[in-house]
Amino acid sequence: MRSHWAIGLALLAGSVQAAVTDVTLDNGMRVIVKEDRRAPVMVSQVWYRAGSIDEFNGTTGVAHVLEHMMFKGTKNVAPGEFSKRIAAAGGRENAFTSRDHTAYFQQMQKDRLDLAMQLEADRMANLVISDELFAREIQVVMEERRLRTDDQPQSVVYERLMATAYQAHPYGRPIIGWMNDLEHMTAQDARDWYARWYAPNNATLVVAGDVRADEVIALAKKHFGPLPARALPARKPQAEPEQLGEKRIVVKAPSKLPYLLMAWHAPTLRDWEKDSEPYALMILAGVLSGNDSARLQASLVKAQQIAVNASAGYDPVSRGPAMFLIDATPAPGKSMAALEAAIRAEIARIQREGISEAELARVKAQVIAADVYQRDSLFYQAMQLGDHAIAGLPPEALARRVDRLRAVTADEVRAAAQKWLQNVRLSVAELDPQPLDAKPRTAAAKGARHVH
Amino acid sequence: MSIKRIALRSFIAAFALALPLAAQAALAIQHWQTPQGARVYFVESRELPMLDVAVDFPAGSARDPAGRSGLARLTHGLLDQGAGGLSDTAIAHRLADVGAVLSGNFDRDRAGVKLRTLSSAREREAALDTLVRVLQRPDFPQAVIAREKRRLVAAIREAEADPGSVAGKAFFRTLYGAHPYARDPDGEPAGIGRLTRRDLVNFHRAHYSAPNAVIAIMGDLSRAEAEAIATRLAAGLSAAAPLPALPQPVAPAASESRIAHPSTQSHVHVGALGIARNDPDFFPLFVGNYVLGGGGFDSQLLKAVRDKHGFAYSAYSYFAPMGVAGPFQLGLQTKGEQADAALKVARATLADFIAKGPSEAELTQAKSNLTGGFPLRIDSNRKILDYLSVIGFYRLPLDYLDTWIAQVEAVDVAAVKDAFARRVDPDRMVTVVVGGAR
Repeated sequence: MRSHWAIGLALLAGSVQAAVTDVTLDNGMRVIVKEDRRAPVMVSQVWYRAGSIDEFNGTTGVAHVLEHMMFKGTKNVAPGEFSKRIAAAGGRENAFTSRDHTAYFQQMQKDRLDLAMQLEADRMANLVISDELFAREIQVVMEERRLRTDDQPQSVVYERLMATAYQAHPYGRPIIGWMNDLEHMTAQDARDWYARWYAPNNATLVVAGDVRADEVIALAKKHFGPLPARALPARKPQAEPEQLGEKRIVVKAPSKLPYLLMAWHAPTLRDWEKDSEPYALMILAGVLSGNDSARLQASLVKAQQIAVNASAGYDPVSRGPAMFLIDATPAPGKSMAALEAAIRAEIARIQREGISEAELARVKAQVIAADVYQRDSLFYQAMQLGDHAIAGLPPEALARRVDRLRAVTADEVRAAAQKWLQNVRLSVAELDPQPLDAKPRTAAAKGARHVH
Repeated sequence: MSIKRIALRSFIAAFALALPLAAQAALAIQHWQTPQGARVYFVESRELPMLDVAVDFPAGSARDPAGRSGLARLTHGLLDQGAGGLSDTAIAHRLADVGAVLSGNFDRDRAGVKLRTLSSAREREAALDTLVRVLQRPDFPQAVIAREKRRLVAAIREAEADPGSVAGKAFFRTLYGAHPYARDPDGEPAGIGRLTRRDLVNFHRAHYSAPNAVIAIMGDLSRAEAEAIATRLAAGLSAAAPLPALPQPVAPAASESRIAHPSTQSHVHVGALGIARNDPDFFPLFVGNYVLGGGGFDSQLLKAVRDKHGFAYSAYSYFAPMGVAGPFQLGLQTKGEQADAALKVARATLADFIAKGPSEAELTQAKSNLTGGFPLRIDSNRKILDYLSVIGFYRLPLDYLDTWIAQVEAVDVAAVKDAFARRVDPDRMVTVVVGGAR
């Protein structure tokens, strides 16, 4: 059962990266190790292939709620004890939930991996979700939703636009869940989720740092090896039906400035050796955005001064469908219509004239440099490995990413822009600012004693 | 790029940073002054074929002259928007062409520029040449000033939708009163409108001078190369004398402000004047605060506010040491109707901590985490660079990182109780509550 292979990736400029080891244990748990001895530390991440993409209507947000409950105790470890023990060992720990996954991590000195794995293996199998702790934690999650989404107008715009762009696919639902679903979520919903997805054969351990791959694998066998594999539910693709025309929404929220968000359905990277469009669209995003030299900034913000900010984004590494996004804030006195027209004109210009060789070389230079810079962060390297694993891409796809990007031609960028950035795939959201209650009243009780 | 050479060298040097925990120097920081008086802090690290340079000046918003609100911020924002005869876009292109990243940092104390570049000769030279122009010869073109003023005002307006931002600014305003720290670092829209090109040129000349400069260099280069770079950076800066220290802030009376905002949550800030960077109480307060509200799930505040009551996602306290006394601050966010209840819990937690101090077990836990986690504080070039800048700017001892663990270890319960009793009076807190109306 052990497919042990390593990629030596001396492919590119300055590729001094150590090999990546990728192993699958007998119970189906995958272990990916990246040795990096720059500092005597390591990061350990357990990724579950269970994110909001796997949720159902009525219990949206349960993946993230379960993430919170994972710190609330097991048969063997009291509530709060997990964090306490990691902290006592000098560790930093947390977790994150996305559309595609839920992941838990510890950053510690290199010799403390045993503790991290012991605790992670325990909560993979032995979690206890009490009604009492759930009732309190769901309140915390609702506060998190208020903090990150409800009180952030641009986040609301993003959430509502995704709900519009995806009518069938679960990416239309927010990771944190709709508030009404959170209000009606039960401890049993969380227990069901845990029972469904938390199994070694649905998990990937990523360890990066000053470790030895064989020792990491031995530890993984010791701690995770005894956990039995379980049958996982079939996952339905829930593919989004083809969009048949442009969609537009208006979001009214308290704000001083309007905001524009445009989203085109775009391809996901599936076969990293054969697919070329995702790489071309990544270059396109780099031509449009990313720093002051890119087109949206240079043209819309600096030359035309129609926007105070404008950026583009595209991430083709995901389990579900991808999107090409552009967002912008109009300059004072400029209309949203004029801003949108200017963005469309930039796209049309690329579709018509393509990009220059200088622009292409510039974006590639940044890609090559970024590949070096990212090695300054152990955590980021582990994140990328986990992201790729969850998306079903081999570590090789990551190792060869720069190569694939370097192979993109200007013609491919133009062709990808022509094919994908079409109105028929587009959804647009506009933030329509509502008053912030113009007159803040400040009632100061100077010198008042506080009631404790 | 001479790739092969770099690759080989990187393997050989791979253990340079693998430092044992105690007993030895955490980092070999080299320090000198350029002939022009700029102070330089350098760490050589050959593992990655890249280098980072950070140059900081006492040119944060606290240096805004009277009636020139936003001047420091605007000056900083204009540095790379046209310099040494290159337009804003030309600067951006030159950097991007070699994969270099120029970024800025700006707060109440400091204004700085950071450059990250590959260390290969062509890339490094192009990137450094651009950095030199940006620092030494910003052009401050009139049209660009007008544009950036509009963008700055727009950013201020945009932030007004964020209750957390509104609360943070109101907290500083209330806490610092007439002191320069009171002001929004971005400035006030009306004041920004009045700024002239002459204001920017003068501010740059007086603040971005060699004697005011702190240069941090980290990465794949030798001491001799670092010296040459530092001298080149400092050589074209003005010779304006070091700026005087900021005035000492005066502690305000206790107060409680409620500011309306159409948010679902109330953002609650409670605090007082804290400490300067070089304060002798730094370590007892820092370690003690881990127990109070700095240690995440280990902290009394998060346990009470989040775990026990489910009031908030985040609840914390910290000392933000600055040039002169920075704030000591507790914060949380909770839905409007339970703001008062959460505030009560936060205040009670603070009062209780001041009265009783941490338990032996809590302090042991705090010290274990801080000392055991020390290697994580210096595990990347970026983090080390930031430490170099802080050590230089705030004139911390050169062995600050070498003695850090011992300083934490030396803190005991009595020291924490004593320091908090002297420095934090729970009856003289400034409280700001923003939003929660929806």
